[in-house]
Amino acid sequence: MAGFITTWQGGHGSAIADAPAVRDPRWTRWLLIGVSVAFLAVMLVAPLFTVFGYALYQGFGRYFEAIVEPATVSAIRLTLITAAICVPLNTVFGVAAAWAITKFEFAGKSFLISLIDLPFSVSPVIAGMVFVILFGAQGYFGPWLREHDIQIVFAVPAIILATLFVTFPFVARELIPLMQAQGTGNEEASLSLGAGGWSTFWRVTLPNIKWGLLYGVILCNARAFGEFGAVSVVSGHIRHQTNTMPLHVEILYNEYQFVAAFAVASLLAFLALLTLVAKSLVEWRLARLERRDDDEI
Amino acid sequence: MTALSLSRSFPLWREPSPLPGFSLAMGFALAYMGLLIIIPLAALVLYSTGQTPREFLAAAFDPRSLASYRVSFTASLAAAIINGTFGTVVAWSLVRYRFFGRRVFDAMVDLPFALPTAVSGIALTTLFASTGLLGQWLEPMGIRVAFTWLGITAALTLISMPFVVRTLQPAIEDLDHALEEASASMGAGRWQTLTQVVFPVLLPALLTGFTLAFARALGEFGSVIFIAGNMPYQTEIAPLLIIIKLEQYDYLGATAIATTLLVASLILLVLINLLQAWHRRRTTQGR
Repeated sequence: MAGFITTWQGGHGSAIADAPAVRDPRWTRWLLIGVSVAFLAVMLVAPLFTVFGYALYQGFGRYFEAIVEPATVSAIRLTLITAAICVPLNTVFGVAAAWAITKFEFAGKSFLISLIDLPFSVSPVIAGMVFVILFGAQGYFGPWLREHDIQIVFAVPAIILATLFVTFPFVARELIPLMQAQGTGNEEASLSLGAGGWSTFWRVTLPNIKWGLLYGVILCNARAFGEFGAVSVVSGHIRHQTNTMPLHVEILYNEYQFVAAFAVASLLAFLALLTLVAKSLVEWRLARLERRDDDEI
Repeated sequence: MTALSLSRSFPLWREPSPLPGFSLAMGFALAYMGLLIIIPLAALVLYSTGQTPREFLAAAFDPRSLASYRVSFTASLAAAIINGTFGTVVAWSLVRYRFFGRRVFDAMVDLPFALPTAVSGIALTTLFASTGLLGQWLEPMGIRVAFTWLGITAALTLISMPFVVRTLQPAIEDLDHALEEASASMGAGRWQTLTQVVFPVLLPALLTGFTLAFARALGEFGSVIFIAGNMPYQTEIAPLLIIIKLEQYDYLGATAIATTLLVASLILLVLINLLQAWHRRRTTQGR
């Protein structure tokens, strides 16, 4: 048997047996690889090429002009502000929820985990709409807010709330399986050696989860930058004021300013590619840590 | 029912633990989730009860709403079927075969999660427009994608693609090679082994991925509106109809459609949980 096992290293660390029994005929292999590559090329590579191709269609000069245009700059600023508020808040929530869920045993745990995933199964349009129902002109708090001259819907606060809603599960979702697998042994050892709760968290738990945490933060950030549906409902699309980058892409595109639309879109696509690179690095890092742990055992 | 039994047992039953911080972490997590997610969603459902059941049904199931559910539902189903088929091929190829660029393609599968939906939307529309890279070939053949039902399906296929691939990949990695070897040693051909031995083992994961993709596609908005054409009764998806009603300040009509969609998502969520439980039983049985 050993002779049949090649040194191929699987993407996730599994060596694959090359025995005839688990090996597909050559024509099957080529066919399936061909179909896969063609599918991914049409659905992923071609759209990506379109974005960068159109953005640079009229040269770098026009590209940069489109990006430094004041309306674009203010959209970029609003998107950065939104992400800067949403990502830390949802990170704190993710860590707190994962700590309570994975370090303790209590009734209703799996129900709670399902609830955390809820925003993933709710349409983004509904995610935005709930804040219109609460704070809009005809919403529950609408009259009160108008009396006190507080604007939430069609202003920055609702954009932040809608983004918080849709990016809510990302960090918790990455941390829960990771911390569940790690158990409570390290923390118990730290406490029994006299460390306090906070110092146990900062010095024992956090170093253990830092790569998974980073991964969740990266995904959360990508979604915060790119959310369209939820933000579209609550934004009001006021240029220079309530326009985020994805909304600005829509406006430019609908005005037939294709180069400008794709220029802004290319910034978001570039961030998406960076996200994928970061994700691959973190995954590679996690796999290496796992392998090291296996070796130590 | 679940919520009731939960609220009764939740504060009462917790296993003792030497670790600190349960009340603080749980208190913060529940308060945050309640304020941001649960109360707003409950407010939405409550708002929709501000009309008589008759008015609710009239708004939720009038001909235009029904047409929008049909568009959303059939296009999501088509996208999930396309992803179920091609996603299985992609997952199998990525795990079992070694080819040039495999790692790059593997990383690229997550692109639809990272790429803003508006960007996917305008890119696909441009690609499939009559002058676009793909549209200029398809249109002479009589296939119009942009601004038709096919375009909606293409957009939904793109944004829900990672689900099938990412749920199948670990299942294929965990496949016990002894199963395939046993099947081959008993005289089964490779095709017979794949369809009768491998496929049934992968089925729970495939169905989970399929349902996740379907659920995601059902609520999608950003990538679709650019390519759909948005013709009422023909290419108007349900989430868009919600926005149209909101813009007309018809909050009640909007909440009626939203509540219907929300109920559909909750049913799918329960289904996904059941499928995942089945999947876990399948994978832990043999060990």
